[in-house]
Amino acid sequence: MSFEFSRERRERLESLLKVYPTRRAALLPALHLVQEQLGHVSPEGEEHVARILGLPVIDVHEVLTFYTLYRTRPMGRRHIRLCTSISCWVRGCRSVQRYLEEKLEVASGGTTTDGEFSWEAVQQCMGACELAPMMQVGNDYHGPVSRSEVDRILDGETSREEG
Amino acid sequence: MERLRLISRDFGNSRARKLDYYRAHGGYQAALKALDEMAPRRITEEVIKSNLRGLGGAGFPVGRKWSFVPSNTGKPIYLVVNADEGEPGTFKDRYIMEWDPHRLLEGMIICARAVGIHTAYIYIRGEYVHPERILREAIEEAYREGILGSRVLGRDFSLDVHMHVGAGAYICGEETGLLESLEGKKGWPRLKPPFPAVVGAFGCPTVINNVESLTYLPHIVANGGEWFANLGSERNGGLRLFSLSGDVKRPGVYELPMGTPLRELIYGCGGGMADGKQLKAVIPGGSSAAVLTADEIDVPLDFDHLARIGSMLGSAGIVVMAEDVCMVEAMRVISHFYAHESCGQCTPCREGTGWVARTVDAIHSGRARRRSVEDLMQIADNMSGTSICALCDGAAMPLRSFLVKFRGEFDYHLKHGRCDLKRPVPAVARSGVFQAPTGSGGIPGAGQE
Ligand SMILES: Cc1cc2nc3c(=O)[nH]c(=O)nc-3n(C[C@H](O)[C@H](O)[C@H](O)COP(=O)(O)O)c2cc1C
Ligand code: SF4
Ligand code: FES
Repeated sequence: MSFEFSRERRERLESLLKVYPTRRAALLPALHLVQEQLGHVSPEGEEHVARILGLPVIDVHEVLTFYTLYRTRPMGRRHIRLCTSISCWVRGCRSVQRYLEEKLEVASGGTTTDGEFSWEAVQQCMGACELAPMMQVGNDYHGPVSRSEVDRILDGETSREEG
Repeated sequence: MERLRLISRDFGNSRARKLDYYRAHGGYQAALKALDEMAPRRITEEVIKSNLRGLGGAGFPVGRKWSFVPSNTGKPIYLVVNADEGEPGTFKDRYIMEWDPHRLLEGMIICARAVGIHTAYIYIRGEYVHPERILREAIEEAYREGILGSRVLGRDFSLDVHMHVGAGAYICGEETGLLESLEGKKGWPRLKPPFPAVVGAFGCPTVINNVESLTYLPHIVANGGEWFANLGSERNGGLRLFSLSGDVKRPGVYELPMGTPLRELIYGCGGGMADGKQLKAVIPGGSSAAVLTADEIDVPLDFDHLARIGSMLGSAGIVVMAEDVCMVEAMRVISHFYAHESCGQCTPCREGTGWVARTVDAIHSGRARRRSVEDLMQIADNMSGTSICALCDGAAMPLRSFLVKFRGEFDYHLKHGRCDLKRPVPAVARSGVFQAPTGSGGIPGAGQE
């Protein structure tokens, strides 16, 4: 599938290029823009970005795979990131982790069969330990999450787009 | 007596994010003072006098760092704000950005004026979508009102501020990893020297400071360095934010004078232990700090006192653990984090962190060889002081402390493949009540009602 930025995103990238002294510095934001448009970063997206920034595709790929927030394949319509770092672990994230496995019937890193949810257990503290155990659904932080909270959050607003 | 709060007073008050509110409460007056009444060198002198320490983790005196920046290179000088906030157990910078974004911008103007900077980047971690949005709005407001841009507050001084969003890598919080990432590369830390003050972003002299370090500047300029220094303890100026989490009744962000005893934070601010349990251990400065036992909590919370007892204040991320927390499993969680986040450039770090994680796993499940605890001690020694950045030491320091202070638990696990502690799932009593409209953030110190 070929990839090209929407006009609006292309313009945003152009104005980003003005804020750095090098074109390459716009690489992370450019990859964010691809992911915003497509939901993940496809090989065609990488090539598109490489062309605009004048970089070898391999450089783009190396950066893409270094960072954990870029997704290289399509995810569920809503993506869940459960924090399993130290404070969330102290406050019981393992039980929520088991519940997500059970409820979504897929292991961490997977997507539900209906394509609605994907989820992952994250080792990095998400910077919201006062909410422990916490998770991020789309852009939003939730916590403390219990099994019933998970139900409420995931079942309550199934039609909402990640936004 | 009401606690003194300098930068956390408006946490939880969503009106305070707005420029008109901030200005109505004295906002940007200190920046004006810095622009109109103080020579750049005097600002730096006041900051040196204030004993303000770098609050991102390393605690390096802020004013002294600025004084290393050469002004005669003919190159631009950059300010890079470290808003990557990745140290496990730390969430204070998020509160500043969410609730008091203009105070950070004012601090940036003061720093820029002191050092002669006209371009600043705020490197914010990618997960912080809401804080990023709030900060962007504040920046737009500031541009609209002539506070940022070609004539800062109408004066003959320019400052442009740009946001740069990270993409999920703990190592990008390390200042030179961050610079690489800002330049569009993998976040591989650089060998130092040269230090960023001399060769930083895009080959130019660069000041890198943590969000919170910069946010205290307006108070220092307004009231003087000596005033700030006197609020804290010896060589540790002023107040700072403590991120309190784990098994306490009231987790949250609390602003306290440097040198406040850890006990007061846990039992005073935090309301004591959750679920009626006994205290067992405390991580005092993010997960890279050596763990403390329950009888060490009278330590005054400042950089020097914690260093004296073999730990560190670091980012002041304080994680409280109750009697029924298995220390072997806690070490597993911590060691896997470092193994995952090591950037892999240095052999002792790459191999060491992986080896530690596998060995702790083996001890945990009782599969380890008999001398594994001694092995771990030796690996920890080989990891210290042998690598490009401090991540490796940050992985070795907690390891050593867990092994020494909770040796019995490691020995028990090694033998039996389990512990004799039974930890029920902690009660999640107030489920959901923390949720702010933005989908993030409780109200610190306000009892989270
Ligand atoms: C592995 C590692 C991770 C770090 N993460 C952060 C971070 O997330 N935020 C931060 O401000 N400093 C972090 N630091 C410290 C920075 O390298 C640097 O000391 C700091 O940004 C300087 O600002 P300050 O002097 O105002 O604290 C980290 C250091 C290391 C070694
Ligand atoms: S110490 Fe570890 S994280 Fe730091 S540069 Fe070396 S390998 Fe990378
Ligand atoms: S440990 Fe989960 S948010 Fe910090």
